[in-house]
Amino acid sequence: MSDLSPAPRIKPIEGLADALRSALGDAVYAIKDQHGELSVGVAREALADVMETLRDRFAYQQLMEIAGVDYPERAERFEVCYHLLSVTKNHRLRVKVRTDEDNAVPTVTHLWPVAGWLEREVFDMYGVLFAGNTDLRRILTDYGFKGHPFRKDFPLTGYVELRYSEEQKRVVYEPVKLAQDFRSFDFMSPWEGAQYVLPGDEKAHGEAPGAPTPVPAPPPPPSPVAATPANAPVPKTTEKPSQTGAGEPANTDAADRSPPQDALPAGATKAPVRRSRTKAATGDEPATPVKPKAPRVRKPKGEA
Amino acid sequence: MSDYLDKLDHLTDAADPEYGDTAIQNYTINFGPQHPAAHGVLRLVMELDGEIVERCDPHVGLLHRGTEKLIEYKTYLQALPYFDRLDYCSPLGMEHSYVLAIEKLLNLEVPIRAQYLRVFFAELTRICNHMLNLGSHVMDVGAMTPNLWLFEIREDCLNFFERASGARMHSAYFRPGGVHQDVPLKLLTDIGDWLDKRMPTLFEDAISLVADNRIFKQRNVDIAVCSKEDALKWGFSGPMLRGSGIPWDIRKAQPYDVYDRMDFDIPVGTNFDCYDRFMVRVEEVRQSMRIMKQCLSEMPEGPIASLDRKVVPPKRGEMKRSMEALIHHFKLYTEGFHVPAGEVYVATESPKGEFGVYLVSDGTNKPYRCKIRPTAFSHLQAMDFMMKGHMLADTTAVLGAMDIVFGECDR
Repeated sequence: MSDLSPAPRIKPIEGLADALRSALGDAVYAIKDQHGELSVGVAREALADVMETLRDRFAYQQLMEIAGVDYPERAERFEVCYHLLSVTKNHRLRVKVRTDEDNAVPTVTHLWPVAGWLEREVFDMYGVLFAGNTDLRRILTDYGFKGHPFRKDFPLTGYVELRYSEEQKRVVYEPVKLAQDFRSFDFMSPWEGAQYVLPGDEKAHGEAPGAPTPVPAPPPPPSPVAATPANAPVPKTTEKPSQTGAGEPANTDAADRSPPQDALPAGATKAPVRRSRTKAATGDEPATPVKPKAPRVRKPKGEA
Repeated sequence: MSDYLDKLDHLTDAADPEYGDTAIQNYTINFGPQHPAAHGVLRLVMELDGEIVERCDPHVGLLHRGTEKLIEYKTYLQALPYFDRLDYCSPLGMEHSYVLAIEKLLNLEVPIRAQYLRVFFAELTRICNHMLNLGSHVMDVGAMTPNLWLFEIREDCLNFFERASGARMHSAYFRPGGVHQDVPLKLLTDIGDWLDKRMPTLFEDAISLVADNRIFKQRNVDIAVCSKEDALKWGFSGPMLRGSGIPWDIRKAQPYDVYDRMDFDIPVGTNFDCYDRFMVRVEEVRQSMRIMKQCLSEMPEGPIASLDRKVVPPKRGEMKRSMEALIHHFKLYTEGFHVPAGEVYVATESPKGEFGVYLVSDGTNKPYRCKIRPTAFSHLQAMDFMMKGHMLADTTAVLGAMDIVFGECDR
């Protein structure tokens, strides 16, 4: 496969993989050349020796990076990747070791002091232990943080959130509360490798075991109006006016005082209506102050 | 007077029986986390013997946002703007590593014009970054004016970024497969004029104030000397490594995009001190201007992003006419593109040094793991070794010469 991408072009070294294999012997369990980058899988116990050989005999002077990766499905779930750089041979090399929560990786701080913080970071984020690192403190997370946040089983939202408490005059930690559940879509095509049954598909096989049917919505809270038990069969009848769905009767009084719509002459619109309403308001209740009302304008009907 | 001596005698008796001696102990102070010369949220716990720094323990992580974890839950394109926010002083330098890593995994060809545009704006970013760093470095050691003058250049740079991408700082301009949009011709000619006239005048004026300044030299020459061996051991990169006399530049050694067509020099330091690091950056700015001029004269016409429709979204105008373009647009902005399983480590020469992205893909539309290799993390770790035996007041000079931004260091 020809390399089309404009990524940094590093000239491969002919026969490097064989040279590494013969120099490192049994310590190497795999050498992979992918995208022009050489990855060397190394037994955990032999790491310090391998690194020393690589630095002194193969002239990889610089340790640029230590990256942890978590593969929870593996027996030894963590992979620690060391990225080496040779400024004289102009080449990069990746060295990998595998480990789990309990087994420590030998430190390389005696070879490269820069490994101190890089190992601290991997420890902080994944909980990988480094035997021989004398200063294995947390580095990036908060003082007093619990857990290792970059593990795949650590939720993205974390477990605690903090805020400044006005009562206690200090920052307090609280369990994280989300206004909405965190949603993560996997975008797997249902035709190629989705590992779940799509909603509705379970009906094709009756009650198929293991089909994650959606959780039913919680029952609505009992309303105070409907006092009858929810299960009692209530025949649907229309006995009373309240069952018809009709609203309250209109203000028939007001309708009486206004002239009937049909009787209005074509030109008369607002004036007579307003007069009659003001008269009624001032005449009938002189003692009590009248609630101010916006003048009501009635639209004449039948005028186009 | 005799009263005082009696009192002193009484006080010192318990600690030390010898007359007139006072027992003193090392003094531990916090430098930061809220200190204007800490360039962000850095807490240095320093043990002082008088004014001499005995031990220096940097506490970082106060700006840790879990960017790498967030990226694992985003599609490749959605993760891109996080890179702007790492080193917010040189956003495009960060994006560059990331898009190159994706393109390497996809084995995607990028048109030449896009590569030129990327190099062009990456170098503008370098100028922009160095304006901030050189300015703040001289301000940390006591000079005010050059910072203001250099910020004028930085302001110009930010205006150019705005005209190219719409955003002054967080451009999100480099995209997998190319750049987001083409630049207007007027912008290129304006930058060309700026490079010819305004930029050199302003820059040389500002640097002439400090480069040979007696006070500036007293504060920087022979401060934090770091030999070649130490620089390699402590994982230095970029101007810090070149300041230690190692002519290593990824743009030259492992060229990406069209850097192999560019003609430029790599400045190195000779005394390996803070002054050298400063001057290396000054010279880098001049070299960046050279590269940008070459880009302007050589940049061809053509597409600005890969023609692979499964990676690069169609343009708006095309979507108005083509149903297929509309579908592609929808799919790319919701689901995103899937990247073949594999892993790459791509490092570019960001303005601050080697900025690397270790990208592990499992074949889905989201990165399985995206490890960001910041420059400041390694440099800051060497703080203890570089500060030992120096005066407290040198802390700011050493920090300034390291060029640290905490968005990137803490991620």
